[in-house]
Amino acid sequence: MSSGNAYDLSELPAPGGGPDQGDRRSRLFGGKSALRKEGAKGVAIAVLSTVVVLGAIVWIVVHSKNWPAVKQAFFNGQEFKDTFPRIARAFVHNIEWCLIAEAFILAFALLLAILRNLPGPVFFPLRLMVIVYTDVFRGIPLILLVYLLGFGIPSLQLPGLPNSAAFWGIVALILCYSAYVAEVYRAGLDSVHPSQTAAARALGLSRWKTLRFVVVPQAVRNVLPPLLNDFIGLQKDTAIVGFVALTVDAMKQAQIDQSGDFNFTPLLCATLLFLLITIPLTRLVDVLISRQRARRLGGTAV
Amino acid sequence: MSANGSTEALRLEGIHKTFGKNEVLKGIDLTVTEHEVLCLIGASGSGKSTLLRCVNLLEPVDAGRVVIEGRDVGERGVDVNELRRRIGIVFQSFNLFPHMTVLRNITLGPTEGLRRSKREAEAKADELLARFGLADKRDDYPDRLSGGQQQRVAIVRALAMQPRLMLLDEVTSALDPELVAEVLNVIRELAESGMTMLIATHEMGFARDIADRVVFLDGGRILEEGPPDKIFSEPDNERTRAFLQRIIEAGRL
Repeated sequence: MSSGNAYDLSELPAPGGGPDQGDRRSRLFGGKSALRKEGAKGVAIAVLSTVVVLGAIVWIVVHSKNWPAVKQAFFNGQEFKDTFPRIARAFVHNIEWCLIAEAFILAFALLLAILRNLPGPVFFPLRLMVIVYTDVFRGIPLILLVYLLGFGIPSLQLPGLPNSAAFWGIVALILCYSAYVAEVYRAGLDSVHPSQTAAARALGLSRWKTLRFVVVPQAVRNVLPPLLNDFIGLQKDTAIVGFVALTVDAMKQAQIDQSGDFNFTPLLCATLLFLLITIPLTRLVDVLISRQRARRLGGTAV
Repeated sequence: MSANGSTEALRLEGIHKTFGKNEVLKGIDLTVTEHEVLCLIGASGSGKSTLLRCVNLLEPVDAGRVVIEGRDVGERGVDVNELRRRIGIVFQSFNLFPHMTVLRNITLGPTEGLRRSKREAEAKADELLARFGLADKRDDYPDRLSGGQQQRVAIVRALAMQPRLMLLDEVTSALDPELVAEVLNVIRELAESGMTMLIATHEMGFARDIADRVVFLDGGRILEEGPPDKIFSEPDNERTRAFLQRIIEAGRL
């Protein structure tokens, strides 16, 4: 997986409402409130130290012996202008793959989580299957899975199955991410107090309707930040599908452009495009986490 | 029909319930007739709440029979969901659905359980909300309401199912003292309208006012039962007397 923190379950709200990882982080990087407390003098110091540190880093980089060559190879303005539109068009495929995969992941992972939470000895085989599934698919490096399915299954030439490597690459994404997202959902389901289920069942709602109207809506709301985190990870990992697909995505296009003239600027283009999507999403996750924290701390805002 | 001509709403026969090693109910026999208000009293841990939860099968019983309107609920082919729709329960901690408005909390059961149309369910909900002075709260979320208002909404939610029997599980125990009266008044009104009720309560004064019959539960057994005047003034059982003495000392009677 390309990102460690995308699966950080410690950001889940603890049922007891104790301080969690998300809180600590939003306190550390929650610039606005942190700065406000320190006052004008604090702001001045923060700005100054930021300028000094960043300035020093930039100075060291641009005065390094090889900077002119590096600048030519990685930050070439003309190359950027030439290749950026092409890579941006290819990036549309990454967005497409990500959205298709996410739709299946959200549904499939929820099913897995619900199966795993079924009570009673009758459902033990189902629970066991889900446990094995999540253990296995969380244990395989995504890139291996993409290669295995993307190259392996089309070469089997199975009748009736699609032979596109991109298709199976996306299937690999779905299989792998569903295992992670199922665990996120499961934490969400566990965070809904059993008395909610009791109240719904007491109204004569079936087990299924209780899940649908009472438990799942609350569970999803409680785990929205970690769900979005996994979505961000997925968005980045579509680049791995690009390795096996015939379709040219941003990553592949950047590689093609780069190998044409050995200038690395196209890779920078692709990097920027990914950041353009992932950074706003990351900010959104932080906003959601701090909002949740406010709600847990007794705010009445709904 | 029982001997005195009244219809039996609920009969419990030899109910046993064990949690782990802890036997909470040790053989409970109890009959509630239609329109009767029966109060369960007893110390915390005496099994009152568990008994109520056994009646609408939120807790499966280990032994014994639960018979509702002549039907043994343990029989094969009894639809548990159908049965629960005829029994309303109100919990100590309200258990409203926090992600739904007051109105949706009330219409969820009728629309999804009883398959009523949305329009019909909402009309009925509005009528009940108005009757209990909650009309202006219909579009609020439960978090915005006081504890007393939340508990009244929970009662309305149970009533919207038009139950034949109401189970009230210490419904005022989680409330601030000044909010207890508004909830008790609602229950009093229900009793006057003829609702059959099984009420677990710590409010002894209320129990004396409202109950047709009082049952004293101790250590998972019924030690004494009778009309409130008898139980509260001259109980036969030594333990009942001791329990009431403690209540009086605590200033709750």
